Amino acid sequence: MTRQDALFQFLLRMGDNTLILGHRISEWCGIAPVLEEDIALANTALDFIGQTQFWLGYAGEVEGKDQDADRLAFHRDAWDFRNVLLCEMPNGDFGQTIMRQFLFDAWHSIFLGRLLKSSDPRVAEIAEKASKEVAYHLERSAGTVVALGDGTEESHARMQAALDYLYPYVGEMFLSDEVDQQMAEAGIAPDPATLREEYDALVARVMAEATLNIPENRYAHKGGRDGYMHTEHLGHLLCEMQWLQRAYPDAKW
Amino acid sequence: MYAQMIKTAGTGVKDRDEMSEEERKFQDRIDAGEKIEPKDWMPDDYRATLIRQIGQHAHSEIVGTLPEGNWVTRAPTLERKAILLAKVQDEAGHGLYLYCAAETLGISRDELTEDLLSGKMKYSSIFNYPTLNWADIGAVGWLVDGAAIMNQVPLQRTSFGPYSRAMIRICKEESFHQRQGYDAIRACAEGTPAQKKMAQDAMNRFWYPALMMFGPSDTDSVHSAQSMAWKIKINTNDELRQKFVDQTVPQAEYLGLTIPDPNLKWNEERGHYDFSQPDWSEFFNVIKGNGPCNVDRMAARNKAWDDGEWVREGMLAHARKKAAAKVAAE
Ligand SMILES: [Fe+2]
Ligand SMILES: [Fe+2]
Repeated sequence: MTRQDALFQFLLRMGDNTLILGHRISEWCGIAPVLEEDIALANTALDFIGQTQFWLGYAGEVEGKDQDADRLAFHRDAWDFRNVLLCEMPNGDFGQTIMRQFLFDAWHSIFLGRLLKSSDPRVAEIAEKASKEVAYHLERSAGTVVALGDGTEESHARMQAALDYLYPYVGEMFLSDEVDQQMAEAGIAPDPATLREEYDALVARVMAEATLNIPENRYAHKGGRDGYMHTEHLGHLLCEMQWLQRAYPDAKW
Repeated sequence: MYAQMIKTAGTGVKDRDEMSEEERKFQDRIDAGEKIEPKDWMPDDYRATLIRQIGQHAHSEIVGTLPEGNWVTRAPTLERKAILLAKVQDEAGHGLYLYCAAETLGISRDELTEDLLSGKMKYSSIFNYPTLNWADIGAVGWLVDGAAIMNQVPLQRTSFGPYSRAMIRICKEESFHQRQGYDAIRACAEGTPAQKKMAQDAMNRFWYPALMMFGPSDTDSVHSAQSMAWKIKINTNDELRQKFVDQTVPQAEYLGLTIPDPNLKWNEERGHYDFSQPDWSEFFNVIKGNGPCNVDRMAARNKAWDDGEWVREGMLAHARKKAAAKVAAE
């Protein structure tokens, strides 16, 4: 794998995470539990779309095959997507959505923090802009996880169920492969495996405040970030997201 | 308009000698162009009418996010998706300002929400129509936000201070929505034959419902006369509808779209377009609950509210625990 191929894969991972999770959040449009949450969820989805435009835009340039961010977002099939499985998991109830958000935001904020010092100036620049937004996402999702974990008996039970359901998707964010090794060697991005301790400490702090128990089992589902095996959920998401572009390929929107 | 068929409380405009001393002073302030603030004395009927009007306006903003949300997950580009999401976010924000404005009149957001969900309060008829193709999203921004602006721009001068200030904030964003909607339908109208078909199909379905937004003619309505005397209604429905038609026809022509009205033509003498009235029996049916989407819209709002109950209660319980812990620590 050339350095350029590895960089392309890395950028797809970043952009597909925000694309797919942003899409999931946008599914909440108009049906959140309170008006303030409608606004906040739309805001998070909007930030993610913006970040996707940067990451996938740069990915297309690196690939050098004349694909822009839209082309990459709307014309790849599931096996070419490089998001972690966590991002494509269904919304479930609001608790599952907000737990998924927190588990991702915690990783995202730590990871982007490292990218600020990336040897690739474009990566550092995108991270700079994104990390401000993500700091706010994390503050909100952590706050909501705490409130609902330590709320009523029912909200506590639902948040615990959400954590139990999603925790097996956490481990994939910390796997490393050849792409990560190349990025680490080039000083472009950290090896994700080195961030786990910091992540665990952050998650433990928030879950303690939320009175939620972190599952003992550290088994990790994987296959998203290398595209080897996504969940069944991704195909349905793509059906909806890509439909217009696929049905009218010669149209300009 | 997002507030339609608002029943003005009371029996119509009173003569000065029928008014109490307080009512006379109140009317004088309005006539002098002063703003009425929440703590000021106001007639009960003025308060009741405003609650209905602002409440319905707020509900329309909220229910209106459903037909647009219908296309968020199918938007054709990242840019269009961002624009649509930002618009829907603005509309939710408008709902929020308006509920806050209504709260200054002594009714809570939760009470207003209950009245919407029980069907006691209405929202604009327009949101009971479906969005069926992507160009509908353009048509909604262009025609629906366009019609809403016609009413909301004059309402910036309404007599009730919080409502007027909410309108000033909202109008800025609405005109943005209208331009973006026009741009989205323009891209379709200038696009492939299939896209042109989408744009024309959207035009065919949204034209008359957009005209209905202004409500039936109210030139002879005693209720409207009272609302106008109170400056919570500034123009008649027919005036606003004419203004909307006059503004929109050249825009449709520019796009090469046909307005589905064989009687539409410029009237040199009047200096306005002549046009056909929408089918008012259809309008009354939609208001009564028989529009194509009434049942689904209400079911969606009710489901969102019911599904969210545990979240609202959880948040409240946590806030109480925190407050109690704070008191205990002091
Ligand atoms: Fe609005
Ligand atoms: Fe709007």
